[in-house]
Amino acid sequence: MMLRESQIMKIHYVTGIAAIFVVAVHIMMRLIMPFGMSLEYDNVIANYHNIPYVVLLESILVLIAIHGFNGLRVILLELRQSKSWEDGVTILTIAAMMAVVAYGTRTIIIANGLGFE
Amino acid sequence: MEVDRSNREGLKGWLNPGRYGWERVSYWLQRLTGVGLLAYFVGHIFETSSLTQGPDAWAAMLELTQTPTGHMILLLVIGMSTYHSANGVRLIFTHGGKGLGKPGRPDYPYDAVSLNYKQRSGIWIALILAATAMLYGASVLFGGE
Amino acid sequence: MTEQVIEKIETMEKKREKEKHGKETIRSSIVLKIYRANKRAGEQAHYDTLEVPVQRWTTVLDALLHAKQYKDPSIGIRYSCRMASCGSCGMKINGIPRLACYTKVSELEGSTITIEPLANFPHIRDLVTDFTQFFTHHHDVKPFIQSEHADIKDKNKLSEFMQSLEDLDKFLQFSYCIKCGLCYSACPTVATDTKFPGPQALAQAYRYFIDNRDDAAKDRLNLVDDRHGIWRCHFAGSCSSVCPKGVDPALGIQLLRGHMLGYSKNEKKIADLQERLRKDKEEKQ
Repeated sequence: MMLRESQIMKIHYVTGIAAIFVVAVHIMMRLIMPFGMSLEYDNVIANYHNIPYVVLLESILVLIAIHGFNGLRVILLELRQSKSWEDGVTILTIAAMMAVVAYGTRTIIIANGLGFE
Repeated sequence: MEVDRSNREGLKGWLNPGRYGWERVSYWLQRLTGVGLLAYFVGHIFETSSLTQGPDAWAAMLELTQTPTGHMILLLVIGMSTYHSANGVRLIFTHGGKGLGKPGRPDYPYDAVSLNYKQRSGIWIALILAATAMLYGASVLFGGE
Repeated sequence: MTEQVIEKIETMEKKREKEKHGKETIRSSIVLKIYRANKRAGEQAHYDTLEVPVQRWTTVLDALLHAKQYKDPSIGIRYSCRMASCGSCGMKINGIPRLACYTKVSELEGSTITIEPLANFPHIRDLVTDFTQFFTHHHDVKPFIQSEHADIKDKNKLSEFMQSLEDLDKFLQFSYCIKCGLCYSACPTVATDTKFPGPQALAQAYRYFIDNRDDAAKDRLNLVDDRHGIWRCHFAGSCSSVCPKGVDPALGIQLLRGHMLGYSKNEKKIADLQERLRKDKEEKQ
């Protein structure tokens, strides 16, 4: 499934715009109580028990991973041009994207199942 | 055909943004903040995963990151994300030709219509927003509750 | 309110520009620091310093030709029209790509002018560079009118495209390009990406795309929709900043991208083709 560059860049722009909104909510969640308190174990776990917030975190993960690693792909493609380099960059950035999303999803799923201290 | 790269500026061409005006500076900052934010994102995913190892691991992670140095890095991240977002919105418009003016009949001194204040002010707004966000962030992180 | 503020800033800036042009530095002589290299002959890169007399209207090209005539005839320079029309004398002057014939010594600061060959072009000798890659990129965007309707073989037909002034204004400024290569030299993407066509070729792609005598719009969009095509432009604006003819390649590229992003409609009414001679023949009959 080869995407045209125009399709990839449209995804890049859309994920960027969407990420602004979800990241803004994520940051504001740290400000609904004193900052230090918002980082305490029980308060953090409570966030992971909140299903709409879990959906928000997962969407941040996916949107930022796509936008960020595509940006990295663009920078690396501009640095060097050979078939092996370009194929390598494409494969590695997609793999990194999937790895980060998988690892973050693992954290969300496990934390959702954790009890309070 | 082997392409001759010998006189290409290379990375030096990216690292000297002051020669050509605000748009070149904003391009350079957008790249820098993008790479910085990606690095922070990967680190953040890794640091929050310590939650899965229980409260002691979480506390150890907090001891490492909730320090003055950690807060300075977070402040930088606040500035970078604000600039990157605001300038990114500006770029989404300008990359489609919005806010750049219309083609016409150029006349001396042949100033480029696209390098106008309408889209350039977006860069300044992004920088001001980033500075404001960093100030607010500093008041939260260092101001104490 | 915002428009008034923007207008005010623009007026102030124009005033400052006038004052800047008014403040010319008058000198009787200048030191030229010229990049010299001839790798094919084994001559390593170095700078030669030469002092030349100047007058108020002396351009950098005048100064270089004086140095070549009276100090060192071996300096390699490419130039032709001396009036910013041919685009031959592009070089880096004090770090910025400029036309030597169009840059007055009096508008440059400092007592030394550093002159180097254009960056991002393969180097031949001294201030002369190879434009082959540049012209190849230009050739690749098919810089000519493609029209199935125009019959250029039958000379008796002599058909004419009925193009209005509004249609002309859409592409006219981009047709003023003199292929000097300054934009290519200034572009940060060209600095690292050899497959990137560069601002000049992409601006010409737009010039023919928007020309309503051309009916190959879809093909032209497909040509630039590539991993190393139009999407590697990030609107750094350096190309438009250095262009000596007001072509504003950055504008052309973003407008072309606007068509690809769906910001602008791709419907273009192809100009009517009027067959002049046949109509005149019919009238005579």
